[in-house]
Amino acid sequence: MSAAKVVDARGSFCPGPLMELIRGIRQEPIGTVFEVWSSDRGSAKDIPEWVKKAGHELVENKEEDGIYKIQVRKVK
Amino acid sequence: MVSNQLARQLKAEILRGEVEITVINESDTHVYQPLFLYMAFDQAVPEDAHRPEKSVLSRHVKLVVGNAERVEREKSVVLMSDGQEIPYDYLVIATGSRPAPESIPGLVEGGHIFYTEESALKLRDALLSFKGGRLVVTVAVPHKCPVAPLEFTLMAQDWLNARGLGEKSQVVYTYPIGRLHSLEPVANWANEVFPARNIETHTFFNVENVDPEEKTITSMEGETLSYDLLVAIPPHMGQDVIHRSELGDAGNWIPTNRHSLQMDGADNIYVLGDATNLPISKAGSTAHFEADVVAANLINRIRGGRGSARYDGKVFCFIETGHDQATYIKFDYEHPPKPQAPSEMIHLYKLAFNKMYWLSAAGVL
Repeated sequence: MSAAKVVDARGSFCPGPLMELIRGIRQEPIGTVFEVWSSDRGSAKDIPEWVKKAGHELVENKEEDGIYKIQVRKVK
Repeated sequence: MVSNQLARQLKAEILRGEVEITVINESDTHVYQPLFLYMAFDQAVPEDAHRPEKSVLSRHVKLVVGNAERVEREKSVVLMSDGQEIPYDYLVIATGSRPAPESIPGLVEGGHIFYTEESALKLRDALLSFKGGRLVVTVAVPHKCPVAPLEFTLMAQDWLNARGLGEKSQVVYTYPIGRLHSLEPVANWANEVFPARNIETHTFFNVENVDPEEKTITSMEGETLSYDLLVAIPPHMGQDVIHRSELGDAGNWIPTNRHSLQMDGADNIYVLGDATNLPISKAGSTAHFEADVVAANLINRIRGGRGSARYDGKVFCFIETGHDQATYIKFDYEHPPKPQAPSEMIHLYKLAFNKMYWLSAAGVL
């Protein structure tokens, strides 16, 4: 399995981590796994919420040293 | 801005023939893009946004007008489409981004944008012949000037009311994430203002396709909306020259160090403005603050320093809020934005900045 594509959105207030993920989802092929890095606690909630609505797959959602790391697979 | 700052501060080196600064631009006309928003409402015309590129540049900077075919890193040259090779010791890439409405099926045929001069004028004419109905503003990702969608929506509502079409129309605004703007204070403010101005909103809406026959748009999330006039904030891409040069990712954005603004893996290439892959606003102010850092580092390195000035992620945006008022917001990597109350004075300052921009481009402001 290839490594997750890191979306380093630490310190991103605008466009913000979720929009950075959507940018990646729009431009990368189906099957790509993204790992979003966010310094915003809200990402741990709003990224999974969008992933569910848009029909993609949440792979992992964890916190490491104050950085929220959320892995998402593009499935369609 | 970078080259003008370099020309001013390295004037002695340039006059001694030790330093040469070349700007490559595809046109001999410099265009101030923020006026496209006003052109859509017939409040500005193309002439207002144009100046000869030469007039904006220091006379100590050499201007090459033409299309860059690609950057050849192994030879340290920019290859032009006419075959000319322009060598560099340091390269600054500020190629910006371009709207990519073609990446959403049906959008080019069924909708409007205002992110180019030509499209803004086409939208102006569509607005002038609009007889009322559902005016849908849909926001795609990534896009340039993150406040323009809000400004357009509020200005459209004002415009319809002023023309007596307010009662016969419904302005609709869709946004990709779960609130009305990525900046939380702006979203909170819009949460109060949009319902008060009878603007219908849909969040978690990422337009996937447009049906020009049925006049509907459908989102990735499975929602379909009807429209009479569709105005899209289209997804953007990095420029094709980045793709041809194999410098970017799948969206032609260049991987860039968030502090040094050097291209990843390249000591002598700096990237600024929309061209980077950084998770910050694609806005004029971003490029402005980045340009200060790039210019400082280049001047320092040319004079024997290490070029260690760092960009802190600073962004500053004016926001037109309709009713002849505006507000502003600023933030960086470490400091979130704080809300400011809209006022007429900030609106007037924003209008003034539309003129002051030329001082900024000159590297003075």
